[in-house]
Amino acid sequence: MPSLGADMEEGKLLQWKVQPGDAVKRGDIIAVVHTEKAEIEVEVFEGGVVDQLLVQPGAVVPVGTVLAILRTGEEAATATTPAGPPPAKPAEKARLRISPLARKVAAELGVDFSRVQGTGPHGAIEKADIERAASLQKARPAPPPVAEPIPSAPAEAYQGMRRAIAAAMARSNREIPHYYLETQIDMSLPLHWLEAANQKRPVQQRLLPAVLLVKAVAHALKDVPELNGYWKNDRNELQQDIHIGFAISLRRGGLMVPAILHADSKSLDELMAAMTDLIQRTRAGRLRSSEITDGTVTITNLGDRGVETVYGVIYPPQVALVGFGRIVERPWADNGMLGVRPVLTATLSGDHRATDGRRGAQFLESFTRWLLQPDKL
Amino acid sequence: MTEAEIRDAVFKVLRRIAPEADLQTLNPTQNLRQVLDIDSFDYLQLMIGLHESLAVEIPESDYPQLSTLAGIIQYLLTKRPG
Repeated sequence: MPSLGADMEEGKLLQWKVQPGDAVKRGDIIAVVHTEKAEIEVEVFEGGVVDQLLVQPGAVVPVGTVLAILRTGEEAATATTPAGPPPAKPAEKARLRISPLARKVAAELGVDFSRVQGTGPHGAIEKADIERAASLQKARPAPPPVAEPIPSAPAEAYQGMRRAIAAAMARSNREIPHYYLETQIDMSLPLHWLEAANQKRPVQQRLLPAVLLVKAVAHALKDVPELNGYWKNDRNELQQDIHIGFAISLRRGGLMVPAILHADSKSLDELMAAMTDLIQRTRAGRLRSSEITDGTVTITNLGDRGVETVYGVIYPPQVALVGFGRIVERPWADNGMLGVRPVLTATLSGDHRATDGRRGAQFLESFTRWLLQPDKL
Repeated sequence: MTEAEIRDAVFKVLRRIAPEADLQTLNPTQNLRQVLDIDSFDYLQLMIGLHESLAVEIPESDYPQLSTLAGIIQYLLTKRPG
């Protein structure tokens, strides 16, 4: 079961898209999983032949559970899990170390030992670990039983999404020392460029300002790669690929942040098509696992909602979030002359463990520079 | 094309974009984007849908005239009289 969110603990396998004996290649969709946020199509991250399906549709299993066994290349039979980010050490989960006594006590106290962190040799779970977990379980409301069906009513689904957002955002505020920078940009030039470009295009091929913003962010991340990282193991692990998570509000409430994969290598037209497709599939609940898990930075664009400035909460383990507000007409002084210009406020929320304000400022400078050269985007 | 036909075409697209909305109670003079919570991507989809279903060219510069249901109907009636 791949981890499809910063704080996802379990998922429900809804459907297998393959059968034993089927050949699959990297990126194929092999299953559909229900998380608290949505139904996600799970891709396989390695080609091969499906050997065994280990989890039945309808089962709710913890993140890291081996879902299927895939025969790859010359290997006889290699256990693997469907794609996502490196899942939560599935092999270790599969070979859980637990003493017989601890297993017995877990059964007596009703503790799910697959969720317990062992403190014994090599992380083995011991009786004391189970007893500690049992006392914690008593101290807080019991989670819903694993076999309980996922609620399907819209109100309950919304509550599930709020819980998932709450978990990720609470973790972010708890763990990430945010710093915030903002800059204001005269959008006259990019908007004129866009207007001229769209005049030559049929309506189906018109571009929106958001596309320029995404591409300028992608370029700026290449200039300042420290903001395209994951904070893991007490260090900023820079990411080679630029996958821009794009916050999309859902009509029933809540939001999802699927990623535009390889945003830096896409043309403006490709980005527009990718974003339109992503928005439609997000709202229809047809996202792929890689789109949910692979974002390396997040953009929140609240310009459509009348907000002028966004101070975003970073989505862990990412180290930056870029926010955009509404483009508004403002008095603007330039070369000693005062005029009225369409102005965009761009903000950066940075993880101070990973970068300092100076790097953040360099990013916003680079972003502005790229945005003001739309023909080079 | 009549006003009713245009309204049907608009509603057909809006039902796809905002399936939860009760379009029968829509005030024709209210701003569609605000009242139906339509973002810029959705609005572009509305323009594409109208273009494809009614074969009308809608330049971007005319978008401000199409902010309400009444505005859309008025605009399209002038574009496709009859």
